[in-house]
Amino acid sequence: MHYLHRGDDAECNGSPAKRCRLRRRTESVRRSRPPFPWFGMDIGGTLVKLVYFEPVDITAEEEQEEVENLKSIRRYLTSNVAYGKTGVRDVHLELRNLTMCGRTGNLHFIRFPTQAMPRFIQMGRDKNFSSLHTTLCATGGGAYKFENDFRSMADLELLKLDELDCLIRGLLYVDRVSFNGHPECYYFQNPADTESCVKKPCTLEDPFPMLLVNIGSGVSILAVYSENDYKRVTGTSLGGGTFLGLCCLLTGCETFEEALEMASKGDSTNVDKLVKDIYGGDYERFGLQGSAVASSFGHMMSQDKRDSISKEDLARATLVTITNNIGSIARMCAVNEKIERVVFVGNFLRINTVSMKLLAYAMDFWSKGQLRALFLEHEGYFGAVGALMELLKTTEDP
Amino acid sequence: MAECGRADSSSTTHTMDKSITLPPDEIFRNLENAKRFAIDIGGSLTKLAYYSTVQHKVAKVRSFEQNAEVSLYEISEQEEVTARLHFIKFENAYIETCLDFIRDHLVNTGTKVIKATGGGAHKFKELIERKLGLKVDKEDEMTCLIRGCNFVLRNIPHEAFVYAKHADSEFRFQTTHPDIFPYLLVNIGSGVSIVKVTTKRRIFRTTRFDELLQLASKGQHASVDMLVRDIYGGSYGSLGLTGDLIASSFGKSATADKGFSKEDMAKSLLHMISNDIGQLACLYAKLHNLSRVYFGGFFIRGHPVTMHTITYSINFFTKGEVQALFLRHEGYLGAIGAFLKGAEEDNPNQYSWGENYAGSSGLMSVSPEMNPMQRARSGTFDMLEMDRLERQLVNLPLLQDPSSYIPDTMDLTEDALAREYWLSCFEEALDGVVKRAVASQPDIPEAIERSEKFRQKYRHKLQTLRQQPFAYGSLTVRSLLDTREHCLNEFNFPDPYSKIKQRENDMALRYYQKAVKSLEQLSWEQRQFALVRGVLAGNVFDWGAKARPWLVDSYDQWLQRLKGPPHKCALFFVDNSGVDIILGVMPFVRELLSRGTEVVLASNSGPALNDVTNGELQILTERIAAMDPVIQAGLRDDRLTLVQSGSSSPCLDLSRLDKVLAMVVRERQTDLVIIEGMGRALHTNYYARLSCESLKTAVIKNSWLAERLGGKLFSVVFKYEVPPGKPSQEDSSAPSTPS
Repeated sequence: MHYLHRGDDAECNGSPAKRCRLRRRTESVRRSRPPFPWFGMDIGGTLVKLVYFEPVDITAEEEQEEVENLKSIRRYLTSNVAYGKTGVRDVHLELRNLTMCGRTGNLHFIRFPTQAMPRFIQMGRDKNFSSLHTTLCATGGGAYKFENDFRSMADLELLKLDELDCLIRGLLYVDRVSFNGHPECYYFQNPADTESCVKKPCTLEDPFPMLLVNIGSGVSILAVYSENDYKRVTGTSLGGGTFLGLCCLLTGCETFEEALEMASKGDSTNVDKLVKDIYGGDYERFGLQGSAVASSFGHMMSQDKRDSISKEDLARATLVTITNNIGSIARMCAVNEKIERVVFVGNFLRINTVSMKLLAYAMDFWSKGQLRALFLEHEGYFGAVGALMELLKTTEDP
Repeated sequence: MAECGRADSSSTTHTMDKSITLPPDEIFRNLENAKRFAIDIGGSLTKLAYYSTVQHKVAKVRSFEQNAEVSLYEISEQEEVTARLHFIKFENAYIETCLDFIRDHLVNTGTKVIKATGGGAHKFKELIERKLGLKVDKEDEMTCLIRGCNFVLRNIPHEAFVYAKHADSEFRFQTTHPDIFPYLLVNIGSGVSIVKVTTKRRIFRTTRFDELLQLASKGQHASVDMLVRDIYGGSYGSLGLTGDLIASSFGKSATADKGFSKEDMAKSLLHMISNDIGQLACLYAKLHNLSRVYFGGFFIRGHPVTMHTITYSINFFTKGEVQALFLRHEGYLGAIGAFLKGAEEDNPNQYSWGENYAGSSGLMSVSPEMNPMQRARSGTFDMLEMDRLERQLVNLPLLQDPSSYIPDTMDLTEDALAREYWLSCFEEALDGVVKRAVASQPDIPEAIERSEKFRQKYRHKLQTLRQQPFAYGSLTVRSLLDTREHCLNEFNFPDPYSKIKQRENDMALRYYQKAVKSLEQLSWEQRQFALVRGVLAGNVFDWGAKARPWLVDSYDQWLQRLKGPPHKCALFFVDNSGVDIILGVMPFVRELLSRGTEVVLASNSGPALNDVTNGELQILTERIAAMDPVIQAGLRDDRLTLVQSGSSSPCLDLSRLDKVLAMVVRERQTDLVIIEGMGRALHTNYYARLSCESLKTAVIKNSWLAERLGGKLFSVVFKYEVPPGKPSQEDSSAPSTPS
């Protein structure tokens, strides 16, 4: 592999310092372990997800050998919860006292907008990241798109990984190690009733087959039969990116948080035309309830209605439209593929209880209780975790 | 930002004047006898339907009482009343003017109610009731759509088409499967309804989205949508997702500087919605195991962009397993359905109906290069007229695969060279047709005026077809001929050839006995050849001695077959009057009867060119029977049967034949089909595959076509075919070679 060849070249004509680092590196390999730092990165269309393993079992000897910039990276990442203007560490998701590859440590979950990628690469260069000779495992489309920038700006080679492979591997791993002793997985009880609808933890025991619906900027739907046996059933471009994009256009908001905040306060029935708006009640002939949406945004054809609605209503309608669409596609895929367990992941679901409950309700209602919607606590981070696992795996077999 | 939505919908305000641009009496035709109104009022278009009766001249032949020396039979033109359905589509803006016009011209119809459907039905309820004095009776929209869809699929061949934006012909018409069910109907109005139709109706259900925007055709969705390449920098190879696929609709609008236009947003919205609907439709189709999906609704109507994106989306999601089909009369489905509901007591579904090419506007061009104003104008009033056919039409039971049968040999929509030739050919022939039409009514002075109207109408049709070859489905020689017949009928020239046919029949009859006698003097083998030559020669006026081998020549196989056991029953589609039928076909029939083969003679129900009609053939056969004991015995013993084909065309569509014919064919266990003449055996059915033996014979009377087929003018086609799997009778040594 390409990145190994670079190491071999260094062996022939390296400086003493380089040789020293090389020794550490080869020792690590001998111990079936890559050198620190351990990162896994998932560069999506909207967000970059980064997982960082912070070893807490560092020996005195190691501490001494640890080069300064490695130390500074560790301190920077673990002592802050925000990075620059847009980077965030999701502290509540941190997996503590995890053993990976024989080392104990904490797994940190960090995200920042893909737009900030150039600045991130710049930082890698400023911190002389390349001198650490770690392998940067990256997945998501950005691994391909930014590969050249990493190489030319920061002298870094990416190990590019397939995003769906990573997603499944990461998901199964996190579920296996559990969320600090609690289940990673949950569902909604009584999804039909907003009052009594509650989140219930559960386990993903015997997880196959499952229909995995990954809602990022766009949506991918996978039928997963085992860790290595899956297919992409379909996808739709109407995903989280569409929700946010339309919300920005319709309401002038700028962030996902803002959009969701508005949506949580709005009423979509002011915007959507319901069956009862057309029929005065149910459309009995075809078994449609009066409260079903007949035309999303259908009221917006009329000037009067447009004048009487709020931005919050628009945000809510956008959210409901996108969510219901994903729900009905997912449902039909589940029926077509004959899979009863539907797992929803992806950052669209972050802090988005409205959508999760809608999806739970949609699965339950249209399948008459046959299908169950499951959700995971680390919703958007599985790709990055999977990339990290690839790092630990690749170094194990030389 | 909220203004965007507002601007889009107001940009389509009508700038054109609201006066009716066409003379209304050419639009609301036959109003005097109109009854049973139905109306479908959509968001922007109104579709009005009514049933009317049309008085037409028809040519009737009547045998003279005994020993008529003057001529063979009498021809008279009589008035006949036929039923016709009228459908008119116009913009809602004209609704009041139209209602006024109807009220003023409606002569006591006895009609009390008008069936109404569509979203606008309740909005205009009061207006309609006040203007027309009819009670508005609302019908369920989806039910009407399904009903209408079944009706057009059943009665209009080439109703459904596949849209291919970049192909030579944008529209590729499909042969309708004889069993139209089951199918999925996706109606995209303000919401989306997806209905699975299995027999008479129904299941399922709705919802999604919004109105479409004209702006879209000018926009660049890539500035708004996040594409795969925006995320990957290129394609996502391992999943086979190319770089220009949309990864996230509107994904860029959250982050990009707001530098995109309304057009871009509209385009993005269009793609998003089309793709989404396409995907949902595919999933439903897969769920219910359906391969035919018809799309309709105002989102689709006439918009090439939406047809293209839907088609693209369906292809993408099903990898070609499901085809996106559109309907030529999609806009009329609701009105047709509502009408049928109101007309239930007339049992409209018990009849077969045919699109009248003379009275129907045809599909408008949607190609963007056409002046949009002109399009808007010509699209102002669109008409569809359906004639009730006297007989119910069904498939010939002997078609090998009815679902893949295509009557026409050449599709002129796809073959530009052939199209140009035939259109010019018909244009050049127009003068002659007009002259003949006038000549057929020498005692009627206003015939000249009518003939000029006919000329204008047909020339206009030809011009339309030059611009929009897809206007009435696939353009074929048959459709050009049929359109001409419809236009002639429209102006009361029911049978321009009647006198000529009469004269020729009269003459040929005089030679019948002589011809039969000379045939009988030949040896068996010589006679077989002479009979075949007779059928071929009767088909052309200046038949020279054509040396074999012919252009297509399976005479040897045919002769070999004749040495075998006789056929059980032969179905013979006959062609011209005169020499052809009397001196060509009849001796051939006579020989078949003598061999022990029953014969069914199928002739046109109504006149077309100089083709012999069923009425004429009845008389001719009687005359011949009087001279020929073989024919007489055949008639008497019911071994020679005359049936009508159900058609009034010089060509032949084996998928639309008289129900009685089909029944007789089945009962008699027909095992040989003979089709003669250019119209029936060359322009149509040349490639038709039958489940029994068949004989197709013609002389190519058109040098262009002869050249196309690799021969010269007057080349002979003699095609004897045995269906695969059926052993040819060649080897069976026949014990009873007739002498």
